[in-house]
Amino acid sequence: MEDLIPLTPQLWTAVGETLWIVGLSLLFGGIGGLLIGLGLYTTRSGALLANRAVFGVLNVLVNIFRPIPFIIFLAAAQPLARSVTGSGIGNNAIIFTLSLAAAFGISRIVEQNLLTVQPGVIEAARSVGAGRRRIIATILIPEALGPLILGYTYIFVALVDMSAVAGYVGGGGLGNFAIQYGYRQFNPVVTWAAVAVIIVLVQLVQFLGNQTARKVLRR
Amino acid sequence: MALITLRSVTKTYPAARKGNLAVNALEDISLEIEPGEIFGIIGYSGAGKSTLVRLINGLETCTSGDITVDGRSVSGVPERKLKTLRQDIGMIFQQFNLFSSKTVRNNIAYPLRVAGRSRAQIAERTNELLEFTGLADKADSYPEQLSGGQKQRVGIARALAASPKILLADEATSALDPETTHEVLALLRRVNQELGITIVVITHEMEVIRDLATRVAVMDRGRIVEQGEVFDVFSNPRQDSSRRFVSTVVRGVPSAAELQALRSRHEGRLVTLSFRDGSASQAAVFLELAAAGVDFELVYGGINDVAGRAFGHLTLALKGGDSAIDTALAAAGHGLKVTELG
Repeated sequence: MEDLIPLTPQLWTAVGETLWIVGLSLLFGGIGGLLIGLGLYTTRSGALLANRAVFGVLNVLVNIFRPIPFIIFLAAAQPLARSVTGSGIGNNAIIFTLSLAAAFGISRIVEQNLLTVQPGVIEAARSVGAGRRRIIATILIPEALGPLILGYTYIFVALVDMSAVAGYVGGGGLGNFAIQYGYRQFNPVVTWAAVAVIIVLVQLVQFLGNQTARKVLRR
Repeated sequence: MALITLRSVTKTYPAARKGNLAVNALEDISLEIEPGEIFGIIGYSGAGKSTLVRLINGLETCTSGDITVDGRSVSGVPERKLKTLRQDIGMIFQQFNLFSSKTVRNNIAYPLRVAGRSRAQIAERTNELLEFTGLADKADSYPEQLSGGQKQRVGIARALAASPKILLADEATSALDPETTHEVLALLRRVNQELGITIVVITHEMEVIRDLATRVAVMDRGRIVEQGEVFDVFSNPRQDSSRRFVSTVVRGVPSAAELQALRSRHEGRLVTLSFRDGSASQAAVFLELAAAGVDFELVYGGINDVAGRAFGHLTLALKGGDSAIDTALAAAGHGLKVTELG
């Protein structure tokens, strides 16, 4: 226990870094995933912008990238991260790669949630003369908002998990903290301290997500 | 001039898979719907009536033929050019299709937002419609807090928001119980009479046609098999499918099974007399039979009131001499249709 107390500043820094990495990845990956998910939903046959070729390309792309274990993806995408962020290591590289991986994962969640919207509701909006972009923004997304919030909450938790390997490419955060100060120093108390903080963080975010979704769904 | 005109319209869905046949949803449909009328289209599910009504506002496109609404062509027009036309055509649905993420007020306001009206105009028009449909106290409720009848009233208010000339009702009462159905039909009558809106009603329920429509088209497997004034189709259906629909609400000539039951209970000769306005009255027939000394009993049937005109089919058990009966029925007058059941 006395080993943990001097590490408190590093622990707080690690919490801050995890929130920074996960928050930005969720933002970029969330927007990317929303766009890819909308693309998948609107181009499938019978949908608003049905286009077999576009749907096929998106579908295959998502299926290729989604199953790659993140730690391998992190190594494989390093040259790309370097060319975009200027460095293959550190927090920025992690945020870039995490956003990319998250976008593909989120796209499926978005697609599935949009599919739960009753087609009749879309038809009703078309029947009053609403255009496609307006329908997407004012009907489709609001109708699926409750499940979408739960989906994004789920992704937040997954991103906390994925961000733990950041240390491998010189990034920070709670995962790195646990490995560097706990595992490598044979100090399980420190490792478990990181675990405890992650559990609290995840519980807090899940609680907020549930509350928000409940408010949107009015139940 | 007709408000809605369909000329030789067909709709073919391509085969879902190679080797399957293409599906002809609609074949050679021609219709003219006049301004101010309530036009009913009846058919079983799969008859093509939902596809037909969606051609009118361009939710579906026809494979061939011509569709004109209020002087504007609908067929072959791309979706983005249909905006102003769709603002002239409201639509209500069997499952209501309300926006669950919006309050009643915002559901009704949606078409006005699409039409780009000002905030003040939207508030005024929305309040008007809440009042008209009796939903003022539900303005801030969400759809899931409403009963089926209330939901359909929101659907109607939303469809009327942009002040359309035409209202399309796709099985609007099929998900409602009988009492709520009457309530919604009464509201649709008001929409027609007070606002002068032309209504096209799609249904599989003959009661809806009887209580609401002025003219009707009967659809069977993608074709219109009969169309005309509601009274004419009800009192004298010409096609088998029309007869089947009419028989759901009108007791006509008894079926073979019913006839057998009647015969086991009643002696004498059974005849069905079909009355229409303009034919001999029941009083005249009964008077003649009594005068001829024929004993009669009413065993089956009824008199119906459709579109403010009466018609009906009465099956009588007659006891007396055959010649006396024949003379009495002949003397009773013109226009009376007699069906001998033996």
